[in-house]
Amino acid sequence: MRKLPSDLVTGFKSDKLPMHESAVKHVTGQAVYIDDMPEWPNELHVATGKSTEAHADIVSINLDKVRAYPGVVDVIVQSDIPGEVDVSPVLSGDLLLAGDFVHFIGQSIFAVAATSLRIAKQAVELAEVVYKPRISTLHPKESLERQEFVLPTHTIQCGDAKAAMETAPHKIKSDIYIKGQEHFYLEGQISVAVPNEDGGVLVYASSQHPAEVQKLVAKVLGVSVAQVLVEVRRMGGGFGGKESQAAVLGCMAAVLAIRNRCPVKYRMPRQDDMVQTGKRHDFWNSYEVGFSAEGEIISAEYDMVGKCGCTADLSDGVVDRAMFHADNAYFLPNARISGYRGKTHTVSNTAFRGFGGPKGVLLAEAVIEEIACTVGKDALDVRKLNCYQEGKTKTPYGQDVEENVLLTLIEELEESSDYRARREAIREFNKQSPFLKKGLALTPVKFGISFTSKHLNQGGALVHVYTDGSVHISHGGTEMGQGLYTKVAQIVAKTFGIDYQRVNVSSTRTDKVPNASPTAASAGTDLNGMAALDAVVTIKGRLQEFAMEHFSIAADAFAITDDQVILGGETMSFPEFIKLAYMNRVSLSSTGFYKTPKIGYDRKAAKGRPFLYFSNGAAVSEVIVDTFTGEYKVTQVDILHDVGDSINSDIDIGQIEGAFVQGMGWLTTEELSWDEKGRITTNSPANYKIPTSADVPEKFNVKLFDRANSEESVYRSKAVGEPPLMLGISVWCALKDACASVCDYQFSPPLAVPATPEAVFYGMQAAQAFQSESQSKQKTEKDQAANL
Amino acid sequence: MKFLLNDKLIDDNTLPSDFTALRYLREERGLTGTKEGCASGDCGACTLLVGVIKEGELHYSTFNSCITPVQSLYGKHVVSVEYLSEFGGKASGGLHPAQQAMVEHHGSQCGFCTPGFVLSLAGLFENSQSSDKAIDRESVCDAISGNLCRCTGYRPIIDAGLDMVRTAKDAQFIELMSKNDNIKSQLLAFKEVEKPASLSNQSYLQPTTLAELLQVKTAHADAIMIAGGTDLMLENTQRFHDFGTLIDVSHVAELKQIQCNGTTLTLGASVTYSELEYFSKTRYPHIYNLLSRIASRQIRNRGTIGGNVANASPIADLPPLLLAFDADIQLLKIDGSTRTVNIADFYQGYKQTQLAKDEMIASFDVSLNKLAQFHRFYKVSKRMEDDISSVMLAVRFEVDNGHLTDVRLAFGGMAATPIRALKTEAALMGKVINDEQALLQTIDTLRSELMPLSDMRASSRYRLDMACNLIRKAWLELNGTDVVTFSGHALSESVLSLGNEITSQEGMTHA
Repeated sequence: MRKLPSDLVTGFKSDKLPMHESAVKHVTGQAVYIDDMPEWPNELHVATGKSTEAHADIVSINLDKVRAYPGVVDVIVQSDIPGEVDVSPVLSGDLLLAGDFVHFIGQSIFAVAATSLRIAKQAVELAEVVYKPRISTLHPKESLERQEFVLPTHTIQCGDAKAAMETAPHKIKSDIYIKGQEHFYLEGQISVAVPNEDGGVLVYASSQHPAEVQKLVAKVLGVSVAQVLVEVRRMGGGFGGKESQAAVLGCMAAVLAIRNRCPVKYRMPRQDDMVQTGKRHDFWNSYEVGFSAEGEIISAEYDMVGKCGCTADLSDGVVDRAMFHADNAYFLPNARISGYRGKTHTVSNTAFRGFGGPKGVLLAEAVIEEIACTVGKDALDVRKLNCYQEGKTKTPYGQDVEENVLLTLIEELEESSDYRARREAIREFNKQSPFLKKGLALTPVKFGISFTSKHLNQGGALVHVYTDGSVHISHGGTEMGQGLYTKVAQIVAKTFGIDYQRVNVSSTRTDKVPNASPTAASAGTDLNGMAALDAVVTIKGRLQEFAMEHFSIAADAFAITDDQVILGGETMSFPEFIKLAYMNRVSLSSTGFYKTPKIGYDRKAAKGRPFLYFSNGAAVSEVIVDTFTGEYKVTQVDILHDVGDSINSDIDIGQIEGAFVQGMGWLTTEELSWDEKGRITTNSPANYKIPTSADVPEKFNVKLFDRANSEESVYRSKAVGEPPLMLGISVWCALKDACASVCDYQFSPPLAVPATPEAVFYGMQAAQAFQSESQSKQKTEKDQAANL
Repeated sequence: MKFLLNDKLIDDNTLPSDFTALRYLREERGLTGTKEGCASGDCGACTLLVGVIKEGELHYSTFNSCITPVQSLYGKHVVSVEYLSEFGGKASGGLHPAQQAMVEHHGSQCGFCTPGFVLSLAGLFENSQSSDKAIDRESVCDAISGNLCRCTGYRPIIDAGLDMVRTAKDAQFIELMSKNDNIKSQLLAFKEVEKPASLSNQSYLQPTTLAELLQVKTAHADAIMIAGGTDLMLENTQRFHDFGTLIDVSHVAELKQIQCNGTTLTLGASVTYSELEYFSKTRYPHIYNLLSRIASRQIRNRGTIGGNVANASPIADLPPLLLAFDADIQLLKIDGSTRTVNIADFYQGYKQTQLAKDEMIASFDVSLNKLAQFHRFYKVSKRMEDDISSVMLAVRFEVDNGHLTDVRLAFGGMAATPIRALKTEAALMGKVINDEQALLQTIDTLRSELMPLSDMRASSRYRLDMACNLIRKAWLELNGTDVVTFSGHALSESVLSLGNEITSQEGMTHA
């Protein structure tokens, strides 16, 4: 691992930025996704038979009719799996096929391989499965009551929350249920497994974590990891949903491919995907906050229960991150934050952009809105008062917020969005408008960058230079649309000093870079970009050594800039120089490696530095609500976001806008719904509504906060994938603000998450009820006073 | 099955009736640019363009290939993403203006939805250029209303749509598909040589006249009737049911007409939502506004009025509208006889209608008198675009001398069928139109009259509260109060600024 060469710290600002490496292929339909690959003539297709009970023993399974269905080639149950049946990413409990019991509706019990997907889907319906139902737990509240957890509870503390709470002049005690979110990547889960001649397989996966697919495929087959090769060229969206969940498809396809000695494709139709794969966790958060008359938080006690589903999956990290972000941008002098891993008999929930963080941040922002109404201040003033700043830098887990940028960023946005004048105008509008109400909110986000599992904070890369001067780069990161391949290619070109066009990106393969971490935690560029940079520096070092010897020049007489090799007074083209180096037997290939410095969190002490740095941002959202129905529109959004020194501002802005809209969707129209049996009723895009183009405000201003990362990240950039999702919380707060206008901001009414029109309608009803009550109270008091 | 696929003539009679256009392109032709995102017509990743000749001109529109039987494309020009760059390549160096604009504005991230967006935008480009209409934000959002993107947040895609004309100019892109004589003459040759009825094909029958329709329906008594297929095909693509013989009624000339005889407006059963939308735009703006909230552009291009009514879904949006106007349904029997049933008598229970096995819907008659009376349609759903109603109210008031002399309150989403609130209607009859007391009593009546269900779209409580509030909204509008109803269209500046509302109705007493 090396430091940035000093001549390379200028960043990418003045460069002509490349577009997404696949942009032309996307628009012409030439970009190949797994389902687009030509099929082999003998390829088989998979469907699984699914549990119809949330929690039950399996008494018997009769698959005779399934086997007899024309076109069915193979049918397997758990005992047919040659190796291990457990395909959990970290811990245990996730079974490729259920055995004697099921623990969620939709769990795979058996799998069918047939000559077409249609036949496989028709065949699975013919199974006869007899269950003996058991009592099921479907709600995180129930899991807390019954103390049913997938993992032990963890608590973070600072100061003395209980004692400080006693001293606080104001207190709010309440709770909020935050629903989860379906990923709805446009390309559903898919894998193709092709057996090789050595008893292993080649797996084409749509996965954010090819190394894990490789490891688990080896496990279920009972072969060595080296016998399995996994390749990922691109995903049609991931958002966390293909971090752990994609492995099941690779494993199932591999088992059937080995058994039948033919290629096998497992593609989940949308409805199976929505029923069988995990989602963002629901959280039930209860809170007590004590604060001063000014609205300064004195103490906070939070109990956060994640709905983990039937197994642990990645829930330990998800609930930890929810806890790490329950402060969001605000200093909590005294706090107790407990995170519970609730077990429910529902599909095991998983990673989703923000990884628990959004559930902490939303709690923090809901608390601020309520404090503001209680002390009669604009919520923005309460935010600024509590914001991390000089003298208020310690997080509840002990890491210092070293970069003091939040307040500056918030104030810059307050100014540029004209927040104060719009606030005045909105108050005026609401006074005069009986049927339509407007709301406004500015919310910040501070998001910790690094995997909270320390070992994952490593990246690997492989760089080759060919004799014509073309460069090939492989790294452990996967491309899901976020532009990682483009950014890493830029880093390689820049570090070499050569034209971007010379750099070729290729698919991510487990035989190029081993043991890679998932592309997750927003860390794709940080880890893989640094690893690629390291490899380039190694090759460049060799080239420099060669040049010094061959041309008898000093070390500093060698440079590569603007695609030219400078050798003292001479220059040479890059291909020419590379050819010369090759003829002189210089190694033109290198691996690169990076591990994130400084980090470490002591779980026992619940103190430490889980994050290398924080990415920051803020958004102002304005909404207009129809009081008859609770329907609303977002009319303006202004965002200022901190990506350090941007590597590709076009790509970064795309990430910010996309994340914002995804976060807005989570909190507005996207509502997961389950029936009393534990069956998900929102199982298709017909009843689960992600935002459309009409939901995006016409006034949508996004700017980058212009400041280099103070930590030594790759070209002083900052991670961008997840943090801006939480800027969507400004829409929820603006809707809450519009509701509060109904009672002249005396009270911030509870607003369900997501804030569907129904939720907003009842938020307004609650505000109106508060208003009527306080008016009648005032009247009674007046009457009593008059009577005296 | 015979149609023009990009630049190739397809002639293939080996496929099952329900084989979708999407599967045909991907599995039979290797045209994998078109994607399956949901196979239910909800995401638009499978969007294709279809060109048809109408009154001598070639018109292109979008449709969801995932729920469209490939055989329904007889005689049409089907355009997939692969064609655009080849076609555009003639003048522009490789990319169609829609593609070029998408690239320049960073309109793709993961790229999976992108070909669908490109085709929706290319369709908009064709239509705007051939009709000389400017492309504005509203038209872009309308064109992509059925395309979901999970990565970009849409802003760059909308910007790309707005910038297509510029990229076309820069690339000196001249030739429109709709002006391409070669395509035109190939399509015209179809019509002349062979009727699409192809009655010899045993699995997918496409009669073009009523007489032919009756003939094939007699010969294939068990065959399923299909028009747009936007709901029917879900049985095939979501539940994997095979259909057997299908009779496609969408080419029957008599069923495609909108006619007006001076007292009655007659809407043919095979009139699509889009056709009714364009027809009503200037004539019946409230009907137009409702249609813009129904499904997406792609679905509206295929779905028909007859299908929406015959399907008998309790959450369909057109039945309440027709109930509000007391529409008569003309039913046609295979022996050629007809009978008239009022829409109020048509629905008999959940998904049950008066339609006999040997009958079909021919048309709907709506009195022009009633169309001239006060009417409003309010749709409440979680999302503005392409969502199913939690509650829909269609209301008509006849006013004489300051009194309500006829009242229709028809709901979707409130019962097992589309339903009129008869007791509430009766309670309002004869009342003075600005009598708020009468209105409040009416709302009480409604609460005891309807008992809606709770489901994933809304709670029973909300549905009932909405029913009450929407009646109040209609009543306010009847009395001249300007209330805003959000539609799929952009909010105007005047809505966002003060002065648009009459503030005489103080307080919030809804629900």
